[in-house]
Amino acid sequence: MLFRKNPIDLIFSAITAIASFSVLIFVAGILLVLVLESRVSFEHFGVWRFITSADWDPVRESFGAATNIFGTAVTTFLALIFAIPVALGIAVFVTEIAPDWMKGPVSIAIELLAAIPSIIYGMWGLFTLAPIMSDYIEPALQGTLGKVPILGLLFEGTPMGIDILTASLILSIMIIPFTASISRDAFNLTPALVKESAYAVGATKWEVVKNVIIPYSRIGVFGGIVLSLGRALGETMAVAFVLGNNHQITKSLFDAAATITVTLANEFTEADTDVYLSSLFYLALILFVMSFIILAIAKFFLIRAEKRYSR
Amino acid sequence: MTKEKIRKIESFVALSLSALAAFAGLFWLIFILGDVLIEGISALNPNLFLKDPVPPGVEGGGLRNAFVGQLLITIGATVIGVPLGVLGGTFLAEYARGRKISQFISILSDIMVSVPSIVVGTFIYAVLVKPFGHFNGWAGAIALAIIMVPVVLRTTEDMLKLVPWTLREAAFALGAPYYKVIVQVVYRGAATGIITGILLSIARVAGETAPLLFTSFNNSFFSFNMNEPIASLTVTIFQYAMGPYDSWHAQAWAAALIITVFILLLTLTGRAIIRWRYGKQ
Repeated sequence: MLFRKNPIDLIFSAITAIASFSVLIFVAGILLVLVLESRVSFEHFGVWRFITSADWDPVRESFGAATNIFGTAVTTFLALIFAIPVALGIAVFVTEIAPDWMKGPVSIAIELLAAIPSIIYGMWGLFTLAPIMSDYIEPALQGTLGKVPILGLLFEGTPMGIDILTASLILSIMIIPFTASISRDAFNLTPALVKESAYAVGATKWEVVKNVIIPYSRIGVFGGIVLSLGRALGETMAVAFVLGNNHQITKSLFDAAATITVTLANEFTEADTDVYLSSLFYLALILFVMSFIILAIAKFFLIRAEKRYSR
Repeated sequence: MTKEKIRKIESFVALSLSALAAFAGLFWLIFILGDVLIEGISALNPNLFLKDPVPPGVEGGGLRNAFVGQLLITIGATVIGVPLGVLGGTFLAEYARGRKISQFISILSDIMVSVPSIVVGTFIYAVLVKPFGHFNGWAGAIALAIIMVPVVLRTTEDMLKLVPWTLREAAFALGAPYYKVIVQVVYRGAATGIITGILLSIARVAGETAPLLFTSFNNSFFSFNMNEPIASLTVTIFQYAMGPYDSWHAQAWAAALIITVFILLLTLTGRAIIRWRYGKQ
C-alpha cells in the first residue's frame, strides 16, 4: 500500500476514515438513541399493542400508533397514485417527444420542484390550494363521484380543504421530480438499436414506449418509485399545514388525519409526561426503520438497474 | 377504421397525455412560485430586515432575528458538515477505493440522504437538548450538519472518482506521498465539482424546518447566542403561517419568498456550474 510509507499519510488516511465513519455513527446513533428513548413506552404498550391501538390520549396516557400509521400509509399511497402517471408521462415527454431545445429546460423545471423547500409547499397548500379544494374541487367531486354507491363513501363530509385529499395532492407534487428524473435517466439508457428495430417493423411511438422502453427500464423505474415512496413517508412540513392532526381512523378523503411526521411536529414540544414523550420517540423509531428499509430496497433496485445497463 | 388507424390514434392519444403530464408539472411549478412571488413581494419592506418582531396588533416590526438566526445555524451546519463530508468522501474515493467498506458507506449515505429529516430532529433533541434542559442553536446546526454530511460525502466521492487515475500516477512517479497527491493534485482537479456539491448541500439544508422544530426551536428576540434557543426563518414561517394574524401571514410570505429565491438561485448556480464544467448532466 502506497500510503503506509509516510507517517503524515497514515494520519491523513485515519482522519478521512473517521470522517467517513461518521455516517455509520449517525445511523447507529439514531437507531440506538430512538430505541433507548422509546423504552418507557415500549414497557407500557409493547410492540403489537402499540402498532394496532388507535388510542392517542395524552390525558389518560394511553398511546397507540395505528392512527398515525394509517394516516402515513393513506397519504403516501394516494400521493403515489397521483404522482406515478404524471411522472412517467413527464419522463416519456422529455426522452421521446420533446424537441431537443425543450428537453433541458423542462427537465430543469421539474427538478426545481424538488428544490423548493417543503415548508413552502405546506404554506402554499394552506393558503392557496386548500381554499381552492374546499370551494371548487371537493364539492365537484362530491357532486359526481360522491353519488356513486360505495365509492361515494370516500367523499362524504363537509369539504374543508384541510384533509387527506389535499395533503396527498401536495405530497404527489413533491415526489413527482424524484420518479420523473430517475425514470428519465432509465429511459435514456435504452439502446437506440433496440428502439430502431421496433420502429423498423412498423411500431408506433407509443408502442415503442410501451413495449420496448418501459420493459427495458422497468427495474430503474421501479427503484425510482420506491425511492419516492420512502420520500413521501417522511415528508413533514408539506403535510403538517393541511392535514389537521386528527387522531382518528376515518373513511372519507375529506376528513382530517394525522401522519407520524405531523404528530411529531405538532406534539413533540408539548409532550409533558415521560410516557407521552417516549411514545413520540417510539413513533419516530417506527418511521426511521420503515423509511430506512424502503430506501434500502429502492437502492437495491437502482444498483441492479445500473449494473444491468452498464453491461 | 383500419387497424393501422386505430394504432395511430392510440399512439397520438398516449403521447398527448404524456405531454399534458409535462405541462402539469410546469403548471404546479409556475403556480407555486408565482404565488410565493406575488404574495411575498407585496409583503416585502425594509423593516423586515431591520426590525425585530413586535407583538401582534402593533404596527411595523420585522424578522431581523430570524434572518440572523437562520444565517448562524446554516453557517454552523456548513462549518461542521462540509469538512466531515469532504474528508469522508476522500476516504471512499482514495484510501478505500474499491474496498467493500467504501461501497457500504456509499450506499448507507445514499439512504441517509433521503431519511426523514424530522427523525434527525428527534435524535438531536435526545442527545443535545434534553441533557442541557433547553433548546439551543448548536443543536439545530448539528441536526442540519447530519443531513448535510451524506450529501457532501457522496458528491465528493463522485467528483474525486472523475479525476483520471493516470494523473495520480504521474504525481506518484515524482515521488509524492499519497496525501500530497490528494491535496495538491486530486482536490485541484475536482475543486469545481466539490464546491458545487457544497452549494447544493447548503441549498438542501437551508430550507429544512422539521429538524429545527425541537432543536434550535424559536426565539422572538434578537440573539447571536448559539447556546440558547435561536430563531430561524423556516420555523418562524411555520409559526406565523399557522397563527391567526394577517400581519403574521404577510411576514411569513415575505420570508418564504426570500428563502425560496435564495435556494433556487443556489440550485440553479450549482446546476449551471456542473453543466459548464462537466458537459452533460
